[in-house]
Amino acid sequence: MAKVTMTVNGKPVAAEAEGRTLLSQYLREGLGLTGTHIGCDTSQCGACVVLVDGKAVKSCSALAMDLEGAEVRTVEGMANPDGSLGTIQQAFQDHHGLQCGFCTPGMVMSAAALLAENPKPSEAEIRHYLEGNLCRCTGYHNIVKAVLSASGQDVSQLGTVAAE
Amino acid sequence: MPKDGIGASSKRREDLRFLTGSGRYTDDMNLRGQAHVHFLRSEVAHGRIKAIDTTAAAAMPGVVRIFTAADFESVGGLPCGWQVTDRHGQPMQEPKHPVLADGKVRHVGDPIAAVVAETPEQARDAAEAIGVDIDELPAVIDMKAALKDGAPKVHDDLASNLCYDWGFVEENREAVNEAFDKAAHVVSLELVNNRLVANPMEPRVAVGDYDPWGDMHTLYTTSQNPHVIRLLMGAFVLGIPEHKLRVVAPDVGGGFGSKIFHYAEEAFCTFAAKALKRPVKWTASRSEAFISDAQGRDHVTKMELALDADHHFTAIRTETYANMGAYLSTFAPSVPTWLHGTLMAGNYRTPLIYVNVKAVFTNTVPVDAYRGAGRPEATFQLERAIDKAARELGVDPIELRRKNFIQPDQFPYQTPVAVVYDTGNYQATMDKMLQVADHAGFEARAAQSKARGKLRGFGIAHYIEACGIAPSNLVGQLGARAGLYESATVRVNATGSLTVMTGSHSHGQGHETTFAQVVAEMIGIDAGQVEIVHGDTANSPMGMGTYGSRSLAVGGSAIVRATNKIIDKAKKIAAHLLECAPEDIELKDGKFSVAGTDKSVEWAGVTLAAYVPHNYPLEELEPGLEETAFYDPSNFTYPAGAYGCEVEIDPETGKVAIVGFSAADDFGNIVNPMIVDGQVHGGLAQGIGQALMENCVYDKNGQLLSGSFMDYTMPRADDLPSYRVDHSCITPCTHNPLGVKGCGEAGAIGSPPAVVNAVIDALHRGGHTHVSHIDMPLTPARVWAAMQK
Ligand code: FES
Ligand code: FES
Repeated sequence: MAKVTMTVNGKPVAAEAEGRTLLSQYLREGLGLTGTHIGCDTSQCGACVVLVDGKAVKSCSALAMDLEGAEVRTVEGMANPDGSLGTIQQAFQDHHGLQCGFCTPGMVMSAAALLAENPKPSEAEIRHYLEGNLCRCTGYHNIVKAVLSASGQDVSQLGTVAAE
Repeated sequence: MPKDGIGASSKRREDLRFLTGSGRYTDDMNLRGQAHVHFLRSEVAHGRIKAIDTTAAAAMPGVVRIFTAADFESVGGLPCGWQVTDRHGQPMQEPKHPVLADGKVRHVGDPIAAVVAETPEQARDAAEAIGVDIDELPAVIDMKAALKDGAPKVHDDLASNLCYDWGFVEENREAVNEAFDKAAHVVSLELVNNRLVANPMEPRVAVGDYDPWGDMHTLYTTSQNPHVIRLLMGAFVLGIPEHKLRVVAPDVGGGFGSKIFHYAEEAFCTFAAKALKRPVKWTASRSEAFISDAQGRDHVTKMELALDADHHFTAIRTETYANMGAYLSTFAPSVPTWLHGTLMAGNYRTPLIYVNVKAVFTNTVPVDAYRGAGRPEATFQLERAIDKAARELGVDPIELRRKNFIQPDQFPYQTPVAVVYDTGNYQATMDKMLQVADHAGFEARAAQSKARGKLRGFGIAHYIEACGIAPSNLVGQLGARAGLYESATVRVNATGSLTVMTGSHSHGQGHETTFAQVVAEMIGIDAGQVEIVHGDTANSPMGMGTYGSRSLAVGGSAIVRATNKIIDKAKKIAAHLLECAPEDIELKDGKFSVAGTDKSVEWAGVTLAAYVPHNYPLEELEPGLEETAFYDPSNFTYPAGAYGCEVEIDPETGKVAIVGFSAADDFGNIVNPMIVDGQVHGGLAQGIGQALMENCVYDKNGQLLSGSFMDYTMPRADDLPSYRVDHSCITPCTHNPLGVKGCGEAGAIGSPPAVVNAVIDALHRGGHTHVSHIDMPLTPARVWAAMQK
């Protein structure tokens, strides 16, 4: 056990970690940030995605100890300073991009990473980028719509005949 | 009118917590002093347990206690909630299902021992140190092999591996055979409905707690129906009366059926918490979910359709083998029987139907309801057979369907398989789908594909389902060991806000938003004034939970009924305040007024009077404003719709791309169109996943070959298209107060045959006319192989 310090959602934090403690455990158990979810044990579902130094990372496959001093952002840090939903979060609500909400934190964080890299992604680019995030509820249609909308693009044609 | 009333695409209120990481899922809960359990599970599919040595494990760091079957001698087995009667009037064979394997293991994943330790890691480490001596026995995996004489028996104390041999309608058997003898055409198909894993993204979790102050047990669990778990576990397994047992299902991350059932881990955590006097928590890993969550489908069917010379359907005959797995999961026996045979008429006027189902025990994980449950299997058989018939007869598959549809003026329609459809208009949904899909432009698109060297095809399916389960007296006759009503308590608070407790449960469906819309509409207040509470047996009346697309049709009806009682009483109070007769009071936009006058009192004025009854008819009315209602439906609801799938196949690889998917559903009235769209999208993704990708595979020894997301191909964002969904065809349900039918399963029911029909169509258009069927999933390898003669 050792104390690992990081900056999470802009705040300096410290919690105990073993050598085998995953970033996901560090966040959930060490810091009580349960917004980050665990949906698998083979790094396949993306429910655990957070941003580490601005990059999307599956927190179930990173060791907390390796991230001493890192800058981490989780879904808890995505709202506006006044507490209202941030742009991506708001787009997910507006377009019904979530149902049970379990994949949602990972989706929101992956979407944030995508939009940072590619501010106006096409539908195909969004689908390709989100390939590492499983959702069992939405069929992805409304997630894609939410991300398109968060990037300021028109979504009215998605899935209509005219779009093809 | 309230802006968030019925028909509004209100944004979901629950999203605020889910989008900010403030959801409270079961695994997010940690109780003071909790210990963690790890289950040691069987690695072999079938074997006799000779010895379990826990000595070394018990001495490992952090171990609190190790439990085996011996600790559960005083405890009942996991009960089955539905008893099917076979063709000969005999009850099904019903094996015991112990909490921990007792003497034998019967599938990979069967729990043998449970290690409780201070941390999950310590529990897992110690489980590895348990010595288990198992004599491996030959496993039965294939259903037909399991029924052969001399096959190894999954349950030694049963006569065979046959759970039941069910015939429906048994009295029609001979008449159906005669109709086949006389038929002008007979189409026959051998079909596999592939085994699926539900895989809600949240794995199952259970936390047991025991409070000696009051001798109170609490189970927090990932359930779709906390009251059902309380009843089953309390009454049949642990012997805890309901008033000493509270079951809470907080935010639940998807279910799709797999979280209906009562599982061993729930009983274990509840039992161990009392035994150890401390909370006990279990969180499934995904790998564990693959070998312990009940799986879905897994039918092998011979389907036959008889037609006369005019191409009218005259009879249907089916023989299905349905896999039960190693034990009977909670509702497993009902799925291939009453949820399947009763839907074999589809949308068509087929006068004679005989369905035979043999349910079989095998050394695999138990199988139970998964999104659609029985109805997708029925639809798949029918819609594949109709397409094959059209092809063999050289007629248009759309016209063949239209010709045989139950016509709009024929409702209510008594099918030959017991159910009565109340309303529908299948010509309308077919028309609408063809329009939404731009079917008229298909030939041009197919020509473009051809120019690019691709094969394009269009596939159609029309489905019907029975939702809103169900009239309790009817299902009781059919073998259900439960009622299937729903409940609601509407508690009006003194200042006019409402707290509505529902026995229904949301695990993604958005009840907190839609149910509030219903109440807001009825009273004429803002939906923000209405709080929907669910998921805790301590605060909601006994309800049966959420599955079978029943929440709005049954749960919503209970809310309507309770709200009507509230309105009736509020009108009496208003009449007192306004000094008139209750019959003269009108409620509109949250205001009670005396008809034909300008005298009125606001909603909040009446609610305050109910709780501060200074000026109140105390001789006639009790103070307070709180009502409970139970609603038991008089029939199922029958959503129906037409689905059109357009595919493009790469003939070099056999890879199928879905290039268009259109759905025209009749769900009756719609409360929140946005949520309905989302429900259809999700169902379509699961149906397309079944058709093209997902497959749960065991080897001949019963090892699960598709036991992780690396091997079990879940559909991902880039595997799926954007959908075109429409629900403007509306024939309201005639027997529930909202006129709603249910929308949760439609997508998963209608889409698999549409996809397969589209692939076969593309292959035929590409000259591969020898291909009459490919079993799901239609992977590139299977499609390519089928193309090669
Ligand atoms: S928990 Fe599934 S990828 Fe991290
Ligand atoms: S919203 Fe449930 S898994 Fe995506």
